[in-house]
Amino acid sequence: MLAAVDPWILGWSLLTVLVTLALGYWAASKARTASDFFVAGRGVSVGWNASAISGEYLSAASFMGVAGMVMSSGYDALWYPVCYACGYLFLLLFIAGPLRRFGAYTIPDFAEGRYDSPLFRKIAVLFVLFIGFFYTMPQMKGAGTTLAYIFQEVDLRGGWLELLAPRSPAGEALKGIPYWAGVVVVGAVITVNVALGGMKGITLVQAFQYWLKLFAISLPVFVLLAVHGGYGKQLATTHSLGVANPGTPNAAPARPATSSPIVLPAKAPADPAWRHPFGPLTTKAATAANLSPQEARPYALLYTYSLIIAVVCGTAGLPHILVRFYTNPDGVAAKRTTMWVMILIGVFYLFPPVFGALGRNLMPALYDGVGVRGTDKVVLEVPRVLGGNAGSILSGIACAGAFAAFMSTFSGLLVSMTGALAHDVYGRMLRPDSSATERMRMFKACAFVVGGVATVLGCFVEPMEINFMVGQAFAIAAASYFPLLFMSVWWRGMTMAGAATGMLAGGACSLAAVSLTSLSAFVGKPWFPQALNLNPFWATHPLLRILCEQPAVWCVPLAIALMLLVSWATRSHVPQDIRMKMLVLHAPEALGLKQEYVREHEGH
Amino acid sequence: MKPEPHAPADRVHSEEFLSGLKRRQLALSTGCSMAFLAVLLAMPALNYWAPDWMARDVGGFTLSWLVLGVLFFPFVWVIAWVFIRRSIRLEQSEVASARSGREARP
Repeated sequence: MLAAVDPWILGWSLLTVLVTLALGYWAASKARTASDFFVAGRGVSVGWNASAISGEYLSAASFMGVAGMVMSSGYDALWYPVCYACGYLFLLLFIAGPLRRFGAYTIPDFAEGRYDSPLFRKIAVLFVLFIGFFYTMPQMKGAGTTLAYIFQEVDLRGGWLELLAPRSPAGEALKGIPYWAGVVVVGAVITVNVALGGMKGITLVQAFQYWLKLFAISLPVFVLLAVHGGYGKQLATTHSLGVANPGTPNAAPARPATSSPIVLPAKAPADPAWRHPFGPLTTKAATAANLSPQEARPYALLYTYSLIIAVVCGTAGLPHILVRFYTNPDGVAAKRTTMWVMILIGVFYLFPPVFGALGRNLMPALYDGVGVRGTDKVVLEVPRVLGGNAGSILSGIACAGAFAAFMSTFSGLLVSMTGALAHDVYGRMLRPDSSATERMRMFKACAFVVGGVATVLGCFVEPMEINFMVGQAFAIAAASYFPLLFMSVWWRGMTMAGAATGMLAGGACSLAAVSLTSLSAFVGKPWFPQALNLNPFWATHPLLRILCEQPAVWCVPLAIALMLLVSWATRSHVPQDIRMKMLVLHAPEALGLKQEYVREHEGH
Repeated sequence: MKPEPHAPADRVHSEEFLSGLKRRQLALSTGCSMAFLAVLLAMPALNYWAPDWMARDVGGFTLSWLVLGVLFFPFVWVIAWVFIRRSIRLEQSEVASARSGREARP
């Protein structure tokens, strides 16, 4: 049965899973205390922590999605990698140092500590879980679809295994393995890893996975560029649009770059739209409204700016990234870590756009496929144009990188969400008098619960797009956590009422706006009520569509404005020891104000 | 509001120390973010108002692709490096000044 699977692709992918398990098991034997589990004993060195954050951050969307988007949308998609990487600069400049100096295990700890409000801790916990699950879904989707890609030639039909075979819409058994198999396998591996080793266990695994991902994305690019010409040559290659290429995307024929124009499938964007700004991605709403290219440009400009705000601020507000700043030994180490993360992520993001350009020239048939069978799999599929063992080996390495991508991001999310449940809900709300050992035991139990729920939810998101789900998580984080952290760190006049109002309103408006446009994806399904079909409305209101699809441009200012307004109205409720709190946030750790602050609080 | 638990003579706990500390840190962070935002936000504007200039050919790349897809990353690394050097120096200066009672110099 496995004879139909490419041995190189299977071998590399299996090796990645086994090494992940082995490293996790080894690190678990070193994780003993509760602190090890929650923040890796606060003693992770800059190099390890930077590799681990980068490993956690580069998810399925970064590894496969960015290259696929560059191939399908061209220049417009470059904003994603640039803003993913540059969001860290915002963290470094405004948030990383103060957050670490304040010294709390989780963001809910910070929320309660800054405002002396157990109620605000509960609100923050809800947000950690909410954003966490939103961001977990696309990772699971990536896992399910990649495993389905690796085993696409396996035939389960003709025996009792036929029960497991994927089905066509008509109910007929198909070749390949079911989507949920990948979700369950990856979910189980990571859940066991996290339950065994907590934060300390996954730090080593994620650091390893960063370097694996960089290797897996860079080696095929170097080889392909050496064979088919440099990056500039790939971008300068001219194309003409024609009828769809013969053959299915699964058996995409190699198309060597030649001096004569390459004929692209009719679904592909033409050269000017692909190579220059304001292409298919940013003009989508205006094009749907039948506006001319010239009329569409202002809309595209607005879309671009809103996208930039969402991704930059969203990066600075993702809870599973923020929690890692507590694993640094001190504030200076937290800053150095962010510097290295930007370098590591920046180096990585140089490669996916090259893959996008290579895919356009060497495997244009992918334009005819949809979702993971289309441009989304360009990273996995393009190395095969080299042919023979070299193609299979490089494609296998790329698959290993994809595995590392969703496994490491899911690990981070799982630790963050498990920490919120075990540390905040159990340790602070339900049983404040529990011992460290009891909390550690609860961490392991919660890891299984959260991992199980995420796996079950992941099985249901097959019809949804990876990039759309990631975008939702970023838009919500940008309008909720980012304003909360930024304002709490720098403005002493902020009250709990102001912080909660701004965070909830910003997050809720973002979610509502993005969800409205997401309804379009379900139009035409038999169960979808026609009354919810907003497409005719969007066609006549392109501006409203852009403001809903990319809501950061108004949701982030709205959240900040509400914070200012409500805090001003409730200014008598500013925490009494606000000066001391601000000193702890801003004064160098060498002055020892944190210890003094803790002693004072214990003395109350 | 409850009185602060320290005497005003204690410089580290004084309002003056906190506002000076925050002002210097915010000035450094804002200065670096302005450099970064000016370039990031200028890119779409240049693409919009100077499309021909941004579309000029540079070794096969368009200028806008070269800047966004390649050169932007090293630019951000430089800003981060400058910020980290200065902020560490600022912290050292704050510690020295707090211990000796002088005003810190960025």
